[in-house]
Amino acid sequence: MNKHTWLVAAGLIAVALAPGCKPKGAQSAITGDAASKVYVAPGEHDEFYNIVSGGFNGQMSVVGLPSGRVLKILPVFSVHPENGWGYSEETKPMLNTSHGFVPWDDLHHIAISTTNAEHDARWAFGNANNTPRIARVDLNTFKTVEIIEIPNSAGNHSSPFITQNTEYVVAGTRFSVPVGDNQDVSIDSYKENFKGHISFISVDPEHGDMDLAFQIEAPPFNFDLARAGKNKSHGWFFFSTYNTEMAHTLLEVNASQKDKDFIMAVNWKKAEEYVKAGEGTTRKVKYAHNKWDEATHSAKSEIIEEVLTLDPTVLKDIVYFIPCPKSPHGTDTDPTGEYIIGSGKLAAIIPVFSFTKMLAAIENEDFEGDINGMPVLKYESVLHGEVEKPGLGPLHTEFDGKGNAYTSMFVSSEIVKWNIETLEVLDRVPTYYSVGHLSIPGGPTGKPHGKYMVAYNKITKDRYLPTGPELAHSAQLYDISGDKMQLLLDFPTIGEPHYAEAFPASLIKDRQVKFYPIEGNENPYALKGINDARVERNGNEVHVYMTSIRSNFRPDNIEGVHVGDEVYFHVTNLEQDWDVPHGFAIKGANTAELLIMPGETSTLKWVPDRVGVFPFYCTDFCSALHQEMQGYLRVSPKGANVPLTFSTGEAE
Amino acid sequence: MKTLSNSNRLLILIAALAIIPAYFTPLWQISLWAPQYPEGLNMKIWIDHLSGNVDTINGVNHYIGMKHIGEEMFPEFIYLKYIIGVLIALGVVAAWVGKRWSLYGFLTLMTLFGLAILVDMYLWGYDYGHNLDPKAAIKVPDMTYQPPLIGYKELLNFLAYSGPDTGSWILMGGVALLFVAIIRDRLKNKNQ
Repeated sequence: MNKHTWLVAAGLIAVALAPGCKPKGAQSAITGDAASKVYVAPGEHDEFYNIVSGGFNGQMSVVGLPSGRVLKILPVFSVHPENGWGYSEETKPMLNTSHGFVPWDDLHHIAISTTNAEHDARWAFGNANNTPRIARVDLNTFKTVEIIEIPNSAGNHSSPFITQNTEYVVAGTRFSVPVGDNQDVSIDSYKENFKGHISFISVDPEHGDMDLAFQIEAPPFNFDLARAGKNKSHGWFFFSTYNTEMAHTLLEVNASQKDKDFIMAVNWKKAEEYVKAGEGTTRKVKYAHNKWDEATHSAKSEIIEEVLTLDPTVLKDIVYFIPCPKSPHGTDTDPTGEYIIGSGKLAAIIPVFSFTKMLAAIENEDFEGDINGMPVLKYESVLHGEVEKPGLGPLHTEFDGKGNAYTSMFVSSEIVKWNIETLEVLDRVPTYYSVGHLSIPGGPTGKPHGKYMVAYNKITKDRYLPTGPELAHSAQLYDISGDKMQLLLDFPTIGEPHYAEAFPASLIKDRQVKFYPIEGNENPYALKGINDARVERNGNEVHVYMTSIRSNFRPDNIEGVHVGDEVYFHVTNLEQDWDVPHGFAIKGANTAELLIMPGETSTLKWVPDRVGVFPFYCTDFCSALHQEMQGYLRVSPKGANVPLTFSTGEAE
Repeated sequence: MKTLSNSNRLLILIAALAIIPAYFTPLWQISLWAPQYPEGLNMKIWIDHLSGNVDTINGVNHYIGMKHIGEEMFPEFIYLKYIIGVLIALGVVAAWVGKRWSLYGFLTLMTLFGLAILVDMYLWGYDYGHNLDPKAAIKVPDMTYQPPLIGYKELLNFLAYSGPDTGSWILMGGVALLFVAIIRDRLKNKNQ
């Protein structure tokens, strides 16, 4: 053969072999009757509620599992023009902070309330990462009912994790920051002047009301995530830390130098004792505490100026450090409470610590050093064992209640199942792509429902029909009831989900509020019937006491309003029937609409900027005569001699 | 005059006392279902008041110009409790008298009472279903909305049901006992 023929032959062989050389991709992942396992027939209900953080949309999503259907977007920290959250006069105080009204935040993590380490699903807690706050959502109404700001904190990422009876919800600061009177300091004085505060917010066992009970002044590390001890480790809390290098610039390099950072173990029962004994110090701070009142259908915001601080360098036996490789992200406790899993996102192994060994190490003073007098335990003394070659970039671990752990791997884009006792890797499944948090119904509790698992991913790429540069974040649902994890469903999500928690629908679905009894409405502007509908002027304030019921507003003809008046529409929805909200919108309003639930009163403030007749209408298709549900408001020049009049149904 | 056996007199007494629950339980019910109301709307009629989703039914019905259902619309609520009281008293008297005529007399009275209630319900239903507001938003030519007297009926998007409720069922059970008494009395006579 001549040279030419050889080249052609070599080329053909190369072409033939090329596809065979490339390892098999992800496309082959679906097997068996996945569709029937996620099919929820029309009219049927999902088995689980999944409360999903919205990340940078500042909201929560309510998703049904196994269908993956989005049931609701629940406004928390961000304004929500579609229902007036943050625009109505009643809801504005909910978004008040020590910085004034803040219309947005970044909600990362969900905690569903528990009793005896099992979901009771009375409340969902969520964290605001940017302007540190914790919110409480009532799961009977799916409404945000309380928001408390966290002072001395910045980047409220290590939050809102809860103790097993929802005694406390915690807030560990990601950024350490200067506090108190010493805040105008140079950034390079980080080590001297910056503090990392951990906040314990108590939760009223009956009503859920939050109270900032105390803060622990910790070293200026970055606090990343946390989990409470449970069952046998009840009384302890575990916080992952990174940047124990205490760098203040180019952290991607400077905070990744040490082989080990720490899991900070906090004996909160001990801290409670110190608080009771009066060992805390009261510090000047400023933070907002906002509460929603279901009787008045409105919120009140209060500014509080003190916080109780505990100094663990002086008060012994509160804080211990467990060395953990390397820049740990998630720290998770297994259902028994015996094992603490640190997911070092840059580590090659997953360390599993033993609570029993930790207590023994403390007892025997098995320390390798200390940080300002707070003991650092010996790694080997606390270690149960290491999971070898689990994958790349471990982030978070959840549990199935059958002795297995499931760890998300960001870099290798997979979830790895392993046995907690033997540390043996049992199975791995790809995720699409780069999974962040994972969620198993009941997964962080003492009683996981090891049936499904959801991967919440950071990268979407080609998973759905493309929608330009900005894509929905993808999630995958897996069946984990068998030995092998099985991919069932791939669904797009709202916002940018981080953590999510799921619980059986039966816990709450029969106690949902359907409407608010009108006789219980204590809003000062509420109307109990159509007869009191009226308009009142008070200086340049005009108060419209309005009713809405299918299919009219009363009053619906209003005259005598002037340019520049502050007009308040107090709209009461008189319906006493499930799923009959009414909306209210007026032309040119610089705010949003109101969406008023049956029996509720909401107020929209509107300042007319010009002369004219302004239409208003119901925005929620309420009835066959919804398009007739409208009215007119006449605006005259300032000082015009048009009397204030109002009417409904008066034909000429 | 034929005298009744003690056991038949007891049956009359039970039938009379079976009217008493009419004071504590609903007598009649009207239910409505529509595509928008899969869970159904329900109105219960008691001896002197209404309960259930009356406001919602009024809200829905105002579109077709039906009258607002309210307690003031039923003068029966004022006097029904006395009529029923008299019926109970007469039943007790019939048992005490213990003659065949008193048994037949009480049964006739109860039957007439039942018929009167049905006629009354029909007349109310006729008026409620036919006497519509001429300014109603929705007017369907030749359509009337008289609810069914007993049983089911389709009215536009609604399926309506009307029928006796707990109190009436107990009362009818009492009336059935009167029939039992009559049959027993007849058989006894035949055997003699």
